[in-house]
Amino acid sequence: MSGYLTSLIAIVGREALRFVHQRERFVAALVRPLVWLLVFAAGFRAALGLSIIPPYQTYITYETYIVPGLCGMILLFNGMQSSLSLIYDREMGSMKLLLTSPLPRWWLLICKLLGATAISILQVYAFLGIAAMFGIIMPPLGYVAALPALIVAGLMLGALGLLLSSFIKQLENFAGVMNFVIFPMFFLSSALYPLWKMAESSVLLRDICAVNPFTHAVELIRFALYLDFNGAALGWTVLATVVFTSAALWGYSPEGTGIRRRG
Amino acid sequence: MNGISVKNLSYDYGGKPALNNVSFEIEAGSFCALLGPNGAGKSTLFNLLTRLFVPPQGQIEIAGHNLHTDPRAALAQLGIVFQQTTLDLDLTVYQNLSYFAALHGISGRQRSVRIEEVLDRLDIADRAKQKARTLNGGHRRRTEIARALLHKPAVLLLDEATVGLDAAARASITDHVHGLTDDGTTILWATHLADEVRPDDRLIVLHQAEILADGFARDLQKDTSLQEAFLAMTRANA
Repeated sequence: MSGYLTSLIAIVGREALRFVHQRERFVAALVRPLVWLLVFAAGFRAALGLSIIPPYQTYITYETYIVPGLCGMILLFNGMQSSLSLIYDREMGSMKLLLTSPLPRWWLLICKLLGATAISILQVYAFLGIAAMFGIIMPPLGYVAALPALIVAGLMLGALGLLLSSFIKQLENFAGVMNFVIFPMFFLSSALYPLWKMAESSVLLRDICAVNPFTHAVELIRFALYLDFNGAALGWTVLATVVFTSAALWGYSPEGTGIRRRG
Repeated sequence: MNGISVKNLSYDYGGKPALNNVSFEIEAGSFCALLGPNGAGKSTLFNLLTRLFVPPQGQIEIAGHNLHTDPRAALAQLGIVFQQTTLDLDLTVYQNLSYFAALHGISGRQRSVRIEEVLDRLDIADRAKQKARTLNGGHRRRTEIARALLHKPAVLLLDEATVGLDAAARASITDHVHGLTDDGTTILWATHLADEVRPDDRLIVLHQAEILADGFARDLQKDTSLQEAFLAMTRANA
């Protein structure tokens, strides 16, 4: 078996094993979007009127609207969780083991990214299953069509996590990521409100949301769940994935590490 | 061919030198101790030898492979035991070794054969199914040495591998590592403890980013103990 494939299986397997060992992480990953879906959305439904916008063919409930955003939320939090794991690995020293392997560093980091994305997608499907049990059902084929969109969105958010982990030196500094990355990315997006609704309160906010890659990841998932295709969202998400991945790989390269260490 | 060749290596942290024009060569199949007080530059040297950092100046060869121009070949010949434990404590000894083997592209039957070999060699075959978390310090270190030997490296680097161990475990690990040269492995053993160096060992003393002495321990210590000779050398150059 090729060394590349061997390492891919081992790294993805280790990520899966680590996830299995952290059952509370799985529960937390599901509870967060479910609280939004079953508590926040239920209360917000009366306050927010939704018009018919693509990809929807008819009026939808607010719960239905936010499901793709909550799928994105799971991917976003998992991307940051994997970032946290990488920083922990670096502090504990086990990252050194990975970085001193004779296989190319970029490949090993891509394996990490693929492993983290696979775990995230499993959680998204678990969430969609629970949402279906509460009557929030997508077109049956939409669950299949959403898979490629979830892979692209998961890779983009995982790459962002990888990038952050390459620049954050200590675990303690990670709290700032919550305030400066996760919250702005989530709230300044179309996850909770459509962009036209955002424009009613502020055009500037709408414009910020429109360039937020998370908005496009959510729209990509939303359209795919309804068996529709959003080319612009795919383009933006792929572009962001390439930029984040390239920057992260540079950040983890011996040259990138060295420059930061040497100041 | 040399096991390790380092030429004119320099490195600094924001202008503060950590290594200043360091050069040395270690013959293949020999044991060399790298002795230096805390902050001497040992860990920086190890980070450069393992390509965790890239030197702005100087050249490193591992078993004849240039680390800068041919990093994959050089790293494939390198076994490393870091100062900090790098075992996954939630995995068993066998799983830790298996994961590492995969990172070196070793799979299938070859992987299980190699794992059994190194576990036997380090006398920890009976611990294979134990989680790393349940091992004592000595056995954790043995597991890490076993792991570092899994891909049959030509060069083994150990960065203060006995830190935190009791005297018996330290002696046992030191004996084991000295014995590894029998099959031609080159060993670089970094330590700040003079009692881990034997009179017949090649010794490099690193102090304040520079090599203070390079020779056989018995020649450097002369009529006194190595500990005293080391303290005298480092005090004189403080």
